[in-house]
Amino acid sequence: MIDVKNLHKSFGKLDVLKGIDTTIEKGEKVVIIGPSGSGKSTFLRCLNLLEKPTSGEIFFEGKEITHAKTSEVNLLRRKMGMVFQHFNLFPHMTIRKNITLAPVKLGLLSKEEADQCADDLLKKVGLLDKAEQYPAQLSGGQKQRIAIVRALAMNPDVMLFDEPTSALDPEMVGEVLQLMKQLANEGMTMVVVTHEMGFAREVASRVVFMADGQILEQASPDMFFNHPQNDRLKEFLSKVL
Amino acid sequence: MGNFFEQFYDTFIVKSRWMWLLQGLGNTMLITVFAVILGMLLGFLIAIVRTTHDKTGKLVIPNLICRVYLTVIRGTPVVVQLLIIYFVVFASVPINKIFVAILAFGLNSAAYVAEIVRSGIMSIDNGQFEAGASLGLNYAKTMLFIILPQAFKNILPALANEFIVLLKETSVAGYIAIQDLTKGGDQIRSDTYNAFLPLLAVAAIYLVIVMFLTYLVSRLERRLAKNDRR
Repeated sequence: MIDVKNLHKSFGKLDVLKGIDTTIEKGEKVVIIGPSGSGKSTFLRCLNLLEKPTSGEIFFEGKEITHAKTSEVNLLRRKMGMVFQHFNLFPHMTIRKNITLAPVKLGLLSKEEADQCADDLLKKVGLLDKAEQYPAQLSGGQKQRIAIVRALAMNPDVMLFDEPTSALDPEMVGEVLQLMKQLANEGMTMVVVTHEMGFAREVASRVVFMADGQILEQASPDMFFNHPQNDRLKEFLSKVL
Repeated sequence: MGNFFEQFYDTFIVKSRWMWLLQGLGNTMLITVFAVILGMLLGFLIAIVRTTHDKTGKLVIPNLICRVYLTVIRGTPVVVQLLIIYFVVFASVPINKIFVAILAFGLNSAAYVAEIVRSGIMSIDNGQFEAGASLGLNYAKTMLFIILPQAFKNILPALANEFIVLLKETSVAGYIAIQDLTKGGDQIRSDTYNAFLPLLAVAAIYLVIVMFLTYLVSRLERRLAKNDRR
């Protein structure tokens, strides 16, 4: 579904990504871990072109996208849902409006259809009673679940998660991970940057270790955590596990 | 006390002198309202050009024009701009003075509104732009539905202030012989050789309008703040 070839990204003189090659198949749940500053988030943000790659190629559903026109980029972003560390809900809109804004303004659904879709999704995550409230009235965990719902309302082919639980109080991490697990079980293709090793172990179909802008190891969770090959990964795991 | 009523009668009632103030007030309001509309429209436009350039690197030439415009307008007094527009730009054309004043004050206000709006847009977290983009909304839709409503709420006090400043600035319209509120009071003064009452009346009228505007804005602020409650 997503094919990444020799992806480079630099900010000024700082090389953040130094040649990433990987393929993400439909239905896969790829979890990316690594020390901070390793380029995980930048890599994720390159996939939907929130960051423009310096060089290299990204194929999404068979089409090269790094040189796509702005209007084409907007089209492909509809198919890639993204969840941010800081939720980025729209504070001036009710929860329902947050969810329905994009489908309605892009002409994908009528207002009634979008409201129905929002209510169905809210029911699924158990937050239907919050539909008329504003983001400031919700807890962090609730906000992030709404952010996930907002992305799902676009009916995406793949979901990108950029450290979705890093900004949450510890007792709220569980509810967000639970929803992500549910999503994984329903067969959603997912790319997740996280520090939640338990989630990686349990949900990932493949775990990727990034450091210094490169992929140093990728393997099934079992191989990855129990039989790591790379020395940097061994060192990293010894610190976090 | 009898003296005061005599003066009051002489200042406002005799020869229907209060009409000077009423007509002046009408002109002042006419100029202010249309200048505010012009200033807001042009100001938002300039701010959007400037921020679009800052965020995307596009619109190089329009951005340059806007910057020159801001520099010139903010670097010269509004009275001078008014005089230039009336006596230089429209020197050889017969033209409605009120229209000239609307143009001058509107163009002047636009420069200040532009910087207020720009600061409002820049104050919105970049994550809001990214959230809009990640949903497939293009830049214009993100701006219109996500950024501007939030920016507008943040800059409302500053915009209201600009409105008030503009209202009071129109008191120099007399420079091109427009009969505005200030000129009306002045007219009575030169008619009756009494400065105290007419000028105080003029000041009081400005004050009441400004207080009314402030009240309206604070009501609007409260309405827009409803999504802040926790």
